[in-house]
Amino acid sequence: MKRLLSGNEAIALGAWEAGVQYASAYPGTPSTEVLESLAQYAGVKAEWAANEKVALDAAAGAAFGGARALAAMKHVGVNVAADSLMSLSYTGVNGGLVLVSADDPGAFSSQNEQDNRNYARFGKFPCLDPADSEEARQFTRLAFDISEMFQCPVMVRSTTRLSHSKSPVEVEMPEGPRERKPLPPFERHSDKYVIIPAIARRRHPEIEQRLLEIAEWAETAPVNRIEWGDRSLGIITCGMAYQYVREVFKGFSILKLGMTHPLPKRMIHDFAGQVEKLVIVEELDPIIEEQVRAWGIEVVAGKEFFPLYGELTLARVREGALKAGLPVAPMPDQVEPLSEVTIPARPPALCPGCPHRAFFYNLRRHRKKVVVSGDIGCYSMGVLPPFETMDMLISMGASIGMAHGLKQAGAQEKVVATIGDSTFFHAGLSPLANAVYNKSNIVVAVLDNRITAMTGGQQHPGTGITLQGEEGKQIDIGPVARAMGVEHIWEVDAWDVKAVDDALKAAFAVEEGPSVVVVKGACVFTPYYQRRPTVAVDLDTCTACGNCFRVGCPAILKSDQTHPKTGKPKATIDPLLCTGCTVCLQVCPVDAIYETGGEEA
Amino acid sequence: MTQQKNFLFVGVGGQGILTASDIAAQVGLDLGLEAKKSEVHGFAQRGGVVESHVRWGPTVGSPTCEKGTVDFLVAFELLEAARWIEWLRPGGTVVVNTQKITPMSVSVGNAVYPPEAEILAALKERAGRVVTVDGLALAEQAGTVRAVNTVVLGALSALLDTPAEVWEKAIIRRVPPKYADANREAFRLGRETAKET
Ligand SMILES: Cc1ncc(C[n+]2csc(CCOP(=O)(O)OP(=O)(O)O)c2C)c(N)n1
Ligand code: SF4
Ligand code: SF4
Repeated sequence: MKRLLSGNEAIALGAWEAGVQYASAYPGTPSTEVLESLAQYAGVKAEWAANEKVALDAAAGAAFGGARALAAMKHVGVNVAADSLMSLSYTGVNGGLVLVSADDPGAFSSQNEQDNRNYARFGKFPCLDPADSEEARQFTRLAFDISEMFQCPVMVRSTTRLSHSKSPVEVEMPEGPRERKPLPPFERHSDKYVIIPAIARRRHPEIEQRLLEIAEWAETAPVNRIEWGDRSLGIITCGMAYQYVREVFKGFSILKLGMTHPLPKRMIHDFAGQVEKLVIVEELDPIIEEQVRAWGIEVVAGKEFFPLYGELTLARVREGALKAGLPVAPMPDQVEPLSEVTIPARPPALCPGCPHRAFFYNLRRHRKKVVVSGDIGCYSMGVLPPFETMDMLISMGASIGMAHGLKQAGAQEKVVATIGDSTFFHAGLSPLANAVYNKSNIVVAVLDNRITAMTGGQQHPGTGITLQGEEGKQIDIGPVARAMGVEHIWEVDAWDVKAVDDALKAAFAVEEGPSVVVVKGACVFTPYYQRRPTVAVDLDTCTACGNCFRVGCPAILKSDQTHPKTGKPKATIDPLLCTGCTVCLQVCPVDAIYETGGEEA
Repeated sequence: MTQQKNFLFVGVGGQGILTASDIAAQVGLDLGLEAKKSEVHGFAQRGGVVESHVRWGPTVGSPTCEKGTVDFLVAFELLEAARWIEWLRPGGTVVVNTQKITPMSVSVGNAVYPPEAEILAALKERAGRVVTVDGLALAEQAGTVRAVNTVVLGALSALLDTPAEVWEKAIIRRVPPKYADANREAFRLGRETAKET
């Protein structure tokens, strides 16, 4: 039966068909649904890890024990896991080990556009680049076979476009549920899995030889294929770019590479020899192009026409082809651009009722004397109006380390690190230990909303609920900080505007060592969030001071009424959006906002 | 129906656009065509703009449309119809739910929401046809405000040469059983409205 599956769902299906026994991941757009989907299959142990390195390490352990194992993460997650990844290429595996890397050309929801095919080249292991969901399924299955055949980790590289597109997949439903079986007794191979220097030195030439063997295999393997057409033009392409190429260069010859590392040299030479002009279209880095040019093959159009940055699209491929003077159809006619109306931007905002709101409202008021080191999560929106209180942000967990370094180097301001609960367990524990150890006088604000919200609401060690729904221990952040030696700790209700401010002020007054403020309140999308009666504005009392607009709640709108003297608009509240969190009510200086006591929102 | 059809579904996070585009893609498949769809989730869920592409055809390569090739721009929010109008093929059709959702840039006073009449005039200037539906009112009439996207799909279905049953079946598969009847009614109301305009 044909079903529409997303690339991520298809990867999960392929892994399941390959008999995967263990899978681990840390959420991250666009990779998250791989594990969410896999977790629903019987016979697979699927888990959220505390971070990507833990996910890959766990998958490695499972693979050493003979299980087929998978780790999934977004592109930047591979950076976190890279230390293990590079050496796993040396150790090799027992059961197949597949790493799913979901890249984000276009940086739709990421801090960079890195092309993780570079990791395959860097780490000397194979990389498969599917072009639709059916291939995502087949290539993932194949990846396990390749991993076992050549004793190496294999990367299945997706992109946002593949992960989040749906296309038809042939789904055969299994005969019956699969049982989880225990592993056979562990086969000890310390000469292989214990990668001490002597072994590393011995393994390295073997790794180089292995790469040659994989390349040889790739010459005839069905992952790479030629679609012959008009030979006046030949296009080499891979991944989602293939879909644009086959529409834009309709009728011409195409070499579609399913494996982008290592490359099949003879196949590429043959193809190039049989077409008049060779074009290479690939998203982001010129991984294929550099290799092909290094082999002395002439390429008439490559990265100079199909840019190094941004997501490729039909339009960008067509534009590049036209610029290169290639015979493709012109850009489609377009309607007149909109000029008579100006369209307001629709930036993302903290949701109505969000537990991060009162914190940023308060922090903003201390803006002049603090430097804020931010982190990644919904609270990154603290950088946007009306808060505009975030001075640096680079990667998960970096907030605490950056705050520490800035303070230790002699910053005169108070330095505050803001970090979410999921991020705290991901990469916040070591830098907090570091701050205690080196005695930096920083304030660490942990915004504990009891979920990994940014990526759509995944559980983590602080919530104690596993991916497959088991309940266990919730690790409480305050006591963790105390056990690490933090002496000044406040735990406050996220919606109590004054309590949050009092805690911040008290933390600013600490003169030695780090202090921790845990701001506790559940994200509105969790089952623990409690909606309350909505609030409303008494327009007769409202003085149009604008204070409530500064809490940046999408439910608070400008009303049609203005203040007679200032002409400024009074506030009004959309009862469909308001969740009754009362943050705006608490900041109104004239008590114009009141609880309706009416029906629940 | 043998030719290629390109749809672009746009609106604001939380409006059920992804479900609606899932259904439209499924209808393509059920009609015996190849179908693909694509969207970007993530940050956009927090009240931001959502776009979802759906393509039907004998074969489909790219899961996203090219600017200037969209046959049906299906907007769940008025302002979003204007934002995405440049994707429409000259002579293409706009289906727009006239609901307005105030963006933060407007509520904090940095921008204004253009008047409805001006937006509609700009759309009519460019599209071959503009079909407006009051999704919220019709969904309420059908029995649940949650069926706004079903109303919009009903309107869309009337503009395509496709049997209503295929759409209904795909919709019913995606809604909780207790809302099935309300969704059937919402679909019918949307379809009627589009036939009348
Ligand atoms: C290395 C890495 N992994 C994953 C992500 C994706 N990601 C962005 S924010 C975030 C977690 C946010 O959770 P939390 O810190 O609890 O903040 P919240 O969104 O709940 O406010 C994740 C997983 C990333 N940016 N980098
Ligand atoms: S998803 Fe949760 S944490 Fe994120 S902005 Fe909304 S309420 Fe806040
Ligand atoms: S109480 Fe105020 S701040 Fe909270 S959701 Fe309602 S309008 Fe927004």
